[in-house]
Amino acid sequence: MGLDFSVIPPFYGTLALGVLWTIAITAASAVLSFFGGILLAVVALYGPLVVRLPFRFVAWLFMGTPLLLQLFLIYFGLAQIGVDLPAFVAGVIGLGFHYAVYNSELIQTAMVAVDKGQMEAARTLGLSRRQALMRVIVPQAVRDVLPPIGNNMIALLKDSALVSVIGVSELTLSAQLAIGRTYRPFEFYAAAAVLYYVINLGMEAVLRGFEKRNRLSR
Amino acid sequence: MTQTHPFVEIRHAQKSYGKLEVLKDISLSVERGQIVAIIGPSGSGKSTLLRAINDLDPLTSGEVWLDGLQVNKSLPHRQYENHINEMRQQIGMVFQHFNLFPHLTVRENVTMAPKLLKKISDKEADALAEEQLDHVGMLERIDYYPSQLSGGQKQRVAIARALAMKPKLMLFDEATSALDPELVEEVNLVMKKLAEEHMTMIIVTHEMDFAASVCDRVIFMDKGLVVEEGPPELVFKNPTQERTQVFLRKHLEGAK
Repeated sequence: MGLDFSVIPPFYGTLALGVLWTIAITAASAVLSFFGGILLAVVALYGPLVVRLPFRFVAWLFMGTPLLLQLFLIYFGLAQIGVDLPAFVAGVIGLGFHYAVYNSELIQTAMVAVDKGQMEAARTLGLSRRQALMRVIVPQAVRDVLPPIGNNMIALLKDSALVSVIGVSELTLSAQLAIGRTYRPFEFYAAAAVLYYVINLGMEAVLRGFEKRNRLSR
Repeated sequence: MTQTHPFVEIRHAQKSYGKLEVLKDISLSVERGQIVAIIGPSGSGKSTLLRAINDLDPLTSGEVWLDGLQVNKSLPHRQYENHINEMRQQIGMVFQHFNLFPHLTVRENVTMAPKLLKKISDKEADALAEEQLDHVGMLERIDYYPSQLSGGQKQRVAIARALAMKPKLMLFDEATSALDPELVEEVNLVMKKLAEEHMTMIIVTHEMDFAASVCDRVIFMDKGLVVEEGPPELVFKNPTQERTQVFLRKHLEGAK
């Protein structure tokens, strides 16, 4: 059987919807992973021990087990004990927290590396420790690790395909639906690959924009 | 209050790091509007003493008072945090390495603390930034980032940032030591201007000429003790203590 890409146009709508869901779940998870990463980093470095230890454990859990398993656990596992999350929400929680843990590791390292004089200057002006962390230390730490956080975001985009297994009709699942109707896996998986690549390019452009804005402030 | 007390008073300040005693029972007072220089060899404890005044380096024992209030009051942790944050708003500090916030513009460096702590509007904050930056001659650089400034300019912005909190007391911790020689003067000029405006200042410095020309009183410290203190003309011209004489002689040779 030869290749015939003319099977694709009738599924433009399906694929477009898949692209939108992929962007939506990636964006929501990226926001969660970013702010969650900051929160985890601050707690890991400055939280009281009773909070730090359970956080440490959860972080270890998210880093040490497969993301696919985490998604199953959040979607199917929690449903069994009565927490019935919509697939999209379960996907965002799984992806978001998974990458929040990775982002937090980056941000922690950068926070420790911020010059000691920054905290001193902020405290000397009368800022509380929390204000100093949020206004002075965290912004600088995040700025310093923006490129690797960007890499995490790109990995997150690619891993968003995993939520197809819990039934979020994002790009990969949309391609599968089209394949189920046409029995044309090569054409549709290739089309999905091209679309992922295009989303990726868009994301890189956005990340570059952020980095550029930060160029002077170091 | 009818009772008179010194504006700034340090009572029996003592500080140890383990077995190392860096401050040994220091007491001194500074009147409102006075400008005091603390000089001495490195390791003499002068920076530690300065940093004890706003509790950046807490004392092991002893008291620090500012305008009738004890800075390092013993309070439960949370209450103490609120207390010290309020006291620090009244004590400006300028560091050797400027410590400007590199992620903020000059304007934001100056306005961040007043906006956050005094809840002033954006408009008031802008006016404040312009006023303070004009005062140190940095108004034209208001929308620059610190990375775009020279060392002297950075330090002038750091002074403006501290002044924007309208402090009662200014502490200078070797404010010109990290500067290239040709940039020292512009910072000294700003400090002289503050002196003329009767800002109370405590200045840790290695610059004897500056201390002699601006300060009302010079304190010579060595090995955690105040060895000698008095008006600059006495301490610099006719030091009574041998350690002061040795230090000044060495310093003079170093300057040549």
